[in-house]
Amino acid sequence: MIAAPRRRLSAEDWRNLRTALPFIAPWIVGFLAFTVYPIVYSLYLSFTHYSGFGDATPAGLDNFKHMAEDPLFWQSLGNTMYYTALAVPIGVVVAIALALMMNQNLREVAFYRAAFYLPSILPLFALTFIFIVLLNPGFGLVDYLLELIHIPAVNWLGDAHWTKISVVMLAQLGAGGPALIFLAALRAVPGELYEAARLEGAGALRRFWKITVPLITPVILFDLIYGTILGVQIFTPAFVLAGGTSGGGAYTTGPDNSLLFYVYYLYKNAFQYSDMGYASAMAWVLFIMSIVLSFAIMRWSRQWVHYEGA
Amino acid sequence: MAVAREPAEAPPALAVARAPVSRPERPLRIPDTLLVRIGLIIAAAIFILPFYWMANSALKTIQELSVFPPTFIPHSPAWRNFYDAVTYIPFGTFLLNSVIITTGVTIGAAISNPLIAYGFSRIRWPGREFVFGIVMASIFLPFPVLIVALFDIFAKLQWVGTFYPIIVPAFFGNPFFIFLMRQYFLGLPMEISEQARIDGANEFQVFLRVILPLAKPAVAVVIIFAAVQAWGEFLTPLIFLQDESTYPLSIGLQFYRQSHDVSYNLLMAASTLIVLPIVGLFLLFQRFFIQGVTAGSLKG
Repeated sequence: MIAAPRRRLSAEDWRNLRTALPFIAPWIVGFLAFTVYPIVYSLYLSFTHYSGFGDATPAGLDNFKHMAEDPLFWQSLGNTMYYTALAVPIGVVVAIALALMMNQNLREVAFYRAAFYLPSILPLFALTFIFIVLLNPGFGLVDYLLELIHIPAVNWLGDAHWTKISVVMLAQLGAGGPALIFLAALRAVPGELYEAARLEGAGALRRFWKITVPLITPVILFDLIYGTILGVQIFTPAFVLAGGTSGGGAYTTGPDNSLLFYVYYLYKNAFQYSDMGYASAMAWVLFIMSIVLSFAIMRWSRQWVHYEGA
Repeated sequence: MAVAREPAEAPPALAVARAPVSRPERPLRIPDTLLVRIGLIIAAAIFILPFYWMANSALKTIQELSVFPPTFIPHSPAWRNFYDAVTYIPFGTFLLNSVIITTGVTIGAAISNPLIAYGFSRIRWPGREFVFGIVMASIFLPFPVLIVALFDIFAKLQWVGTFYPIIVPAFFGNPFFIFLMRQYFLGLPMEISEQARIDGANEFQVFLRVILPLAKPAVAVVIIFAAVQAWGEFLTPLIFLQDESTYPLSIGLQFYRQSHDVSYNLLMAASTLIVLPIVGLFLLFQRFFIQGVTAGSLKG
């Protein structure tokens, strides 16, 4: 944001400020109480040993040192990056494909729009339950369909190679939401551009790459960043797929810990091992990571994002 | 993005413009609409399949559910599964908790977001755009970053184990909903407010009596999205609730199926009951809600 030349606030400015304050006060209070304070407080906790009961005792850099040599931390980070690196680009492609389909000039297009959009507003935990049945190795539909086209059955939820792929597939059911944003962007593309390209003899595919894609790059950028932020906090499907608790209250994390995502491990540290200090340190690393990733994508986007008038 | 949606998954629908369906020029126009239709039908089938399979499995006996290859239509629909699901699982308790949480969150969202958005759109004050930038930036903060500290804060308030940690924050606004309402408010002519002020109304009266009634479609969108979101909320009840009797359907079902070995057909019957209200809400309000969304995207 560019700093405006500093000027004194007029009496009217002050009056407007006073008028607006009661309206935005709930947001200010909520933001301070439920966002800013927790972030600051967890920074403090990350330098302590704290079980959630009694007092937090100073721990210096213990939690961060522990992190560096904790194999489960690295595995959870690796799982999360693997998932995000797959789910986000695939998600963008699926969303654009759905948007193109939603944009077809057909009488029954409203039906397709509803079909593509509806799964994205359903509770994720319920979709995950359905996936457990769909992917069941004994009686699941997906393995049966694979068998029909002579592809060997896959133990989706029992084989560490496939568990994360299952979550990536599950995530695509949510593509209808971003697809609607892409649809709006498609509709904002001026028709004359296509007309001109057509007159110059550009085919459908060429028009798509040369006109449609550049004009929707700002939405692609938003989708990449927001998708990445959602990707690094993936939790619910893993928690439900892995099965939750085993005997003794330990949370199961899938074959070979393949569903131990970052937030799941953070959750386990906080609420299963009562290691609030370590969990807070993990929370801060996640915070920094999401900022770094967002800015990295933003920077990279300068090379390909197209802004109107630029 | 299509990444599995966690809490703040509200309205990526915001931007749907309801432009006329028939427009002469369209990208990727394939001459043969039949080909397009076939592609669309296959894609739609993939997205509908999970629902179909849920309903299909919900109506099978446990014997039929475990045969391979699976049957696409139950031999004789076991409607009894629905009765068994709600009696074997403490479905009523979970449902009541879900309804309480959803109602509380929705009321909070309906009150707070229009109020806050009004302050960010209908009154011009120095620094407004900058502060609104902070609101928007908070969309990109992963919620799990906050859970450890929030748990400790709510524990000290003696709120853990109650619905307060889930419901109360809704009364302080949600960046997505603030954005949505603000877009709508910006689209209303400023002259309406001026006229009301000249007539002697104070700002709150202008908001409540003049602007809010005009913004009903946007409020409806906020209500629908807030309800849908609260109904599927998983992480916050998982963290902040501790006793089975307080669990909503999301957590209740997850834990109950492990501790009591709930069979898959009952799980699917229960899932059907959970999904149905949202499908109904969507079908019922689809048009109304798209209109509200459209108005929000006209400006800005």
